[in-house]
Amino acid sequence: MTIATDVAPKAATTLGTLGGDRPAERIEGARSRSASASAFSNPYLAGIGLGLVLLAAFVAMGRGLGASGFFSAVVAWGVDRVAPAHAEGNGFYASYLAYGNPLEGWLVFEVLGMMAGGLLSGLLAGRVKAVVEKGPRIGTAGRLTLAFAGGLAMAAGAKLARGCTSGQALTGGALLNAGSWAFMLAVFAGAYGMAWFVRRQWR
Amino acid sequence: MSAPWFKLGLFGDEASLLVAFLIGIGFGFALEHAGFGSARKLTGQFYFTDMTVFKVMFTAIVTAGLGVFFLGWMGLLDLSLIYMAPTFLAPQIVGGLLLGVGFVVGGYCPGTSVVAMATGRIDGLAVVLGLFAGMFAFGEAFPAIEGFYHSTALGPKTLPQVLDLPYGVVLFAVVLIALGGFAGATWVEQRMAARDRAPGEAVEEAS
Repeated sequence: MTIATDVAPKAATTLGTLGGDRPAERIEGARSRSASASAFSNPYLAGIGLGLVLLAAFVAMGRGLGASGFFSAVVAWGVDRVAPAHAEGNGFYASYLAYGNPLEGWLVFEVLGMMAGGLLSGLLAGRVKAVVEKGPRIGTAGRLTLAFAGGLAMAAGAKLARGCTSGQALTGGALLNAGSWAFMLAVFAGAYGMAWFVRRQWR
Repeated sequence: MSAPWFKLGLFGDEASLLVAFLIGIGFGFALEHAGFGSARKLTGQFYFTDMTVFKVMFTAIVTAGLGVFFLGWMGLLDLSLIYMAPTFLAPQIVGGLLLGVGFVVGGYCPGTSVVAMATGRIDGLAVVLGLFAGMFAFGEAFPAIEGFYHSTALGPKTLPQVLDLPYGVVLFAVVLIALGGFAGATWVEQRMAARDRAPGEAVEEAS
């Protein structure tokens, strides 16, 4: 629903006023499927696919998925290039430098694959488009500022927790890891608690 | 036991990076197909209008959780060789709260921001840049917060150990919670859609 209105808002509104309420929704859905972008997968099918990818990681590697480790590995590499003594003396950076070049880490290659896989899926479905996603009641600069701020907060959160929604909630969730389940509940609590304050960004 | 392959020496470090790339392709493909390259779809979860995040996440957790359990039960996968991250309870709860706040403010979690960026979302790119900046800030602040970072260390702990219940029982409970949650999530979505279809609201939704 949300992406369909994003893709063809003008057409959808016009058809909506001509055709009434319920039929317009069907027309809008059909339009976005044929003309511009196909509908997203059924969430349960997508979830089974995601679960099988995670299971493949367990079977092949004996470890799960991740994402936030990519960002910290790249930053540790960068700090080491600019100020090697500073990096060695910092327990956080040093933990990434202990096993050789951090850019040759497993998560770095996995996240590069994510970019390729996401792009492939988007191209096949006709969803690749340079756009800023936001609700109608916020400007582009405001949205991008909040996006950057969200990234800042998530970086600190993911490092305190030793992982993000991928490495903790998804991977640890499937392994029934106690800390991961505590983390996951906290993520939902934090997001629901904050949602009201940023509702104008989305709705 | 014939898995996990890497830890049993079926392939080496260099091949593991190729495996990482291939698994990443599957990961990114599944996230994008689920609609997780879209901030508006993701954040619908936190306004009860689109519960796809919960549905996809818990379907994946149940799928992989049952897969690991049955492969282990059949003797095909050595569960003791799968990395179990140790629990640091207080920093993980604080970290989770921070990540949740950042998720609804930024519109993506770290993994989905990568997929969003790859499909052209400029706000996804902004989250990615924020994540890099935040990692640097965390690294620079690390000496000051190192004490808290290492606090409440409980070691690797599973829910079955904490609850003192058999693994299969806890997994079965998770499956039941997920199934109940799916039904509840769909009910909530329908309630919210009915509300949004009320006269006057529909036009705003379409714009």
